[in-house]
Amino acid sequence: MTAQADDELWSAIADPSRRRVLDLLVSNGEVSASWLAGRVPFTRQAVSKHLVVLEQAGLISRRKQGREVLYQVEADRLDQAAQAMADLAAQWDRRLATIKRLAEAAHAEAKKGKES
Amino acid sequence: MADLVIEREVVIEAPAEVVWRTITEPDQMSQWFADRVELVIEPGAHGYMGFGDQGGPVVVETVDPPTRLSFRWNFPRGEEPVAGNSMLVEFTLTPEGDERTRLRVSERGHELRDWPDAEKQRYADEHQEGWGEYLDRLAAVLVKGQPG
Repeated sequence: MTAQADDELWSAIADPSRRRVLDLLVSNGEVSASWLAGRVPFTRQAVSKHLVVLEQAGLISRRKQGREVLYQVEADRLDQAAQAMADLAAQWDRRLATIKRLAEAAHAEAKKGKES
Repeated sequence: MADLVIEREVVIEAPAEVVWRTITEPDQMSQWFADRVELVIEPGAHGYMGFGDQGGPVVVETVDPPTRLSFRWNFPRGEEPVAGNSMLVEFTLTPEGDERTRLRVSERGHELRDWPDAEKQRYADEHQEGWGEYLDRLAAVLVKGQPG
């Protein structure tokens, strides 16, 4: 993933309204913009804008069926987004594990010093 | 809080004072955080964290021993770090008895990469749910497989 594509992904996913749209797509499969607009507390125009951003970030794709345009999530890309956030969380988990090891060792050492 | 936040925690079998020293003393910090730590733990102190041949400035924000420490990093070179251009790392230590401490860390500001200001403000106004919850739900969905 390039740095720029990464930025697009983060901004796309950081917005709660877009996450709501994304959530609906994840749980309902292929749906139209009007269907989505009926289920969110913002306008059809706002839904369309969110869909454009999500599509640019590669998180969703569209397909024409008759007169309707249907949207669906791109599983791989979503997985990347989840993975990127999980990687950062895992980095903090590793740091915390090291802090735990250092602090517990220091504490055990201090106690030993007191006892002897 | 209006941010995209990573929050993690760990329970440590040591008093808060010991944990505090581990997270604030430079020779200890260099073991769990950066390879090179040049930092005085005082509010407003500017320092440096080096990771191999990379690194960057850090500014200490809150110092409240032995319960709270926060600093900002990942801000643009030449700028003062504030909310909106940097990531805020906060440590919270909660004693659980004499020899046990719950250490929580949060890192906020992940959404600030390359955002237009208006977008940031709107996001700050609207945001209510934590990222963790969303991520868990997302992960659960991904594990279950894609619908449709």
